[in-house]
Amino acid sequence: MAEGLATAHAEPTSTGLDHRKMGFWAFLGSECMFFGSLIATYMAFKGRSASGPQPHEILNIPLTSISTFVLLMSSLLMVLALAAVQRGDRLGMKLWLFGTPFFGAIFLGFQVYEFVTFVEEGLTLQVNLFGGSFFVLTGFHGAHVSVGVIWLLTLWVMALRNRLTPRDATLVEIAGLYWHFVDIVWIVIFTFVYLLQ
Amino acid sequence: MSTFNPVADLGWRIDTLFTNFIGWTLFILVVVEALLVWVIWSFRDRPGREEPKPVHGHVGLEIGWTLIPVMIVTIISVPTIATIFRTQATPAPNALRIEVTGRQWWWEVRYPELNVVTANEIVVPVGRPVTLELKSADVIHSFWVPRVGGKRDLIGGKVNRLTFTVDTPGTYPGQCAEFCGLSHANMRMLLVAESPEAFDRWVQSKREPSVPPTGVAEGGRAAFMAGGCVACHAIRGLSSGVVGPDLTHFGSRQTIAAGLFANTPENLAAWIKDPPAMKPGARMPKLPLGDEQLSALVVYLGSLK
Amino acid sequence: MSRHAGVWSWITTVDHKRIGILYGVSAFVFFLIGGIEAVLIRVQLAFPRDGLIGPEAYNQLFTMHATTMVFLAVMPASSAFFNYIVPLMIGARDVAFPRLNALSFWIFLFGGIFINASFLFGAAPDAGWFGYANLTSKSFSEGANSDFWLLGLLVLGTSSLIAAFNFIVTIINLRAPGMTLMRMPIFAWMTLITQFLIILAFPAVTVGLILLGFDRFIGTNFYNPAEGGNPLLWQHLFWLFGHPEVYILILPAMGIVSEVLPTFSRKPLFGYPVVVYSGILIAFFGFGVWSHHMFTVGLGPVADAAFSIATMLIGIPTGVKIFNWLATLWGGRIRFSTPCNFALGFISMFLIGGLSGIMHASPPVDMQQQDSYFVVAHLHYVLVGGSLAGLFAGIYYWWPKITGRLLDERLGRWNFWLFMIGFNVTFFPMHFLGVMGMPRRIYTYAPNLNWELWNRVSTVGVVVLTLSILAFLLNSVQSLRRGAVATADPWDGRTLEWSVPSPPPVYNFAEIPVVRGRDELWARKQGRRPPVPEPTRAPSEIHLPAPSHYPILVALGIVAVVAGALIHLWVSIVGAIVMVYGAYRFAFEYRSEAHT
Repeated sequence: MAEGLATAHAEPTSTGLDHRKMGFWAFLGSECMFFGSLIATYMAFKGRSASGPQPHEILNIPLTSISTFVLLMSSLLMVLALAAVQRGDRLGMKLWLFGTPFFGAIFLGFQVYEFVTFVEEGLTLQVNLFGGSFFVLTGFHGAHVSVGVIWLLTLWVMALRNRLTPRDATLVEIAGLYWHFVDIVWIVIFTFVYLLQ
Repeated sequence: MSTFNPVADLGWRIDTLFTNFIGWTLFILVVVEALLVWVIWSFRDRPGREEPKPVHGHVGLEIGWTLIPVMIVTIISVPTIATIFRTQATPAPNALRIEVTGRQWWWEVRYPELNVVTANEIVVPVGRPVTLELKSADVIHSFWVPRVGGKRDLIGGKVNRLTFTVDTPGTYPGQCAEFCGLSHANMRMLLVAESPEAFDRWVQSKREPSVPPTGVAEGGRAAFMAGGCVACHAIRGLSSGVVGPDLTHFGSRQTIAAGLFANTPENLAAWIKDPPAMKPGARMPKLPLGDEQLSALVVYLGSLK
Repeated sequence: MSRHAGVWSWITTVDHKRIGILYGVSAFVFFLIGGIEAVLIRVQLAFPRDGLIGPEAYNQLFTMHATTMVFLAVMPASSAFFNYIVPLMIGARDVAFPRLNALSFWIFLFGGIFINASFLFGAAPDAGWFGYANLTSKSFSEGANSDFWLLGLLVLGTSSLIAAFNFIVTIINLRAPGMTLMRMPIFAWMTLITQFLIILAFPAVTVGLILLGFDRFIGTNFYNPAEGGNPLLWQHLFWLFGHPEVYILILPAMGIVSEVLPTFSRKPLFGYPVVVYSGILIAFFGFGVWSHHMFTVGLGPVADAAFSIATMLIGIPTGVKIFNWLATLWGGRIRFSTPCNFALGFISMFLIGGLSGIMHASPPVDMQQQDSYFVVAHLHYVLVGGSLAGLFAGIYYWWPKITGRLLDERLGRWNFWLFMIGFNVTFFPMHFLGVMGMPRRIYTYAPNLNWELWNRVSTVGVVVLTLSILAFLLNSVQSLRRGAVATADPWDGRTLEWSVPSPPPVYNFAEIPVVRGRDELWARKQGRRPPVPEPTRAPSEIHLPAPSHYPILVALGIVAVVAGALIHLWVSIVGAIVMVYGAYRFAFEYRSEAHT
């Protein structure tokens, strides 16, 4: 968390890097290990579900490719949002700081649809190891996206009230780091779970 | 139960390596502790001592005291790796296979090639390789008879193997070495090593159903059938329960309740009367048996040799 | 100390020095609780068949003893020093994120209370401090014991992670001008390395615990072999955390020793860069040896051999550190103060623990030693003879700085010698018990195995250890009441924390120091530095972070979320609302100032 959203104390740092950015990178390091462990768990149980729905029977690659594309596009919008904040473009920041979480919400919508469909088709957390490891992995990723959506919408509300200035660029950059990270994790999940069966 | 007193090849190999390690570690311990004591003594502050010269480092020393440990590590890793591979080598074709399944809190023992089933006491021939195939029906346990050698875990969904050849007849105690719940401390066993002839005789007698009961023991058998025991215990020719240990030749075992008590009529009666009181968490319930039934049952079980 | 007094000022403090004291006092209280648990264990093992303690209670005792000592005593005690001392050592006024710092503390405290609250329900965790699956599944651990354990550890892990982010930024970004990384005191280095271990190791056990939570609460089968799950997955995830955890426990103590020995031999640390690199190597390779805790599960000879070699290799940088400490003492003028004695005790005891560790590194030898009292001996030699002795060295060393009073040297010697004797009498015999075949975690044992003698000797040792702790308690209380007043630099120290008054003013340094080398204070005292200029502004003009009540609020929310899993969903929901509300207020707390 930031020490106040504003750079209240612009104290010099030993590296010249902003505290919050550095701290956030450390956090992302731990998140890599977190998702790495979840992905390793998924891989450990791959092919070991004796019964219940199997990945090739139930995963809808075309549909998930669309949602993946949407999430990727949201990262582009995030880049635009940061650029807008950096140059003080009020219209731009309102537009892109809404667009990014909006696309994120679409991605989540696809995921909710996917989860509901899977459950209807018999894939639950409990039915087999594929169900358990799939839902835990993608569920935690979805939770991370949700946190990101709320975070970005908060920034959007601040932009709507004309309370975001170029001095807040680091703040938005950190939100961007989070958003891009969550996107990259999704690419890895999509690859290991959907594409490499 | 000392690990320094092995009676099997596995134990000897480990013991040799262990002694090697003790040698090196004692050597390092004595040298470094002596160095520490000497440095403390020589450079303790005394009146008139000069202010020490600030020495920041010495490349040669750093290299030296890095290389020496590297050399020692290299030296001790060679027999380590050799022993790892030797102790986990594929067993000889004539190895006796024994399936041991760990259950809270007892050991199910089967000799698939010999058609023998028992529990908590593993009888093996001296001089012939034995491979234990270790499985678990519930949580993780660990098979450990220290004088035979090291331990191996029993894990659900996995089969582990432990191979050894005992060289001296005798009875060697062991116990579960992976915390497995309430009565982990009470999950014990005996490894009984017999001469090949005595082992063959043992196998012969255990292959067949036990001698039919006579006298009081007949009443005991009736109590066994009527008292609910058949639901969990197998006695060949009589019942085929699998929840508890096979009792076909129960009378010939040295201990009861997985190595907890000597197999005497008094202990057996106390056990049957209230198993959870004797062994916390025991799955065997208190069964409603009258005193007469109980003593007859004890006689019957004792007759199953 | 802060200008403000009163409970509210402590609840809302964001001052690293106060937070350090809070961590230290809490750690000590939990240490006493863990110690009582140990005493009960040893009483039972001295008279196992007298029916003093049954298996239900015993299994809770050994589980909580270890969980408490690792997560609620040693780690927070190290945190106490990270908090109080590191900013002073690097010439900073506080940590990078003072409110986050407070948040870590409150999460830790509430997590520790939560997990100990289980005792009130007779449901303290009872499956061992590393809770092996599938014993921890609902079918084999029906009660709430393992729920308290997994939820409590998730909370404690969160605290450690948040603190780690904070200290990484602090140490990398808030060093005084001129203090390059290679001019930093070793304790700051070991702290930094420890934080990296935390951020990379805790996520693995977090995932392991989450999967366990799903198995227990939702009915998944990750660890259930009956449905294709794998109990070994738990072991891999746990030990991927668990092995780096032991370095998390020892590196700070090694850092303390690396500060104390130079001070009391009046020589700089020998081989400073090598000591730094050794710490880094130990941490790095520490991630590659986790399966040496699994040598008996049947990984196969190749894996056994690989992990064996990797484990033995870690012994090398550790040994190098010991030699560098010996070389520091060599040629010095050694003053046997209590901190110095504990540091020397660390070396001699940690060496023994390290050597028994080398034995464990050999899988065939470990086949006999694993899960026996030999391991219990090893782990206590490194954790008590190592970490705890190092922490006591730190307590005696920095006590004057923190409290402004001196501890009594005579009582300190009693403390030390009772500790050394009591510790060795308690734990050395456990090597013998291991060799004699005594497994771990048993509440009773057969009478015909001759295990009584060494068990009773060990229990007698505990009596002496208890006296040692009492000596410390007496010493600390007396010191606080009427101890001799401490100057800024009672030990003739070498590092920057001794350049400020004891205790330091709330702003630490009137002027941020400029650093031109290692052991900056020593260089100043030797006249190798230009005179320190007068401060350019009055202390009252130094801007300090304001107190905040949001850290404790957010922490309460987090623990309520977790406790709700055991109480009622509504508790979790309210907790989540409090947490999110608190987090938002926390995030926006300083915004209005800068934007009006």
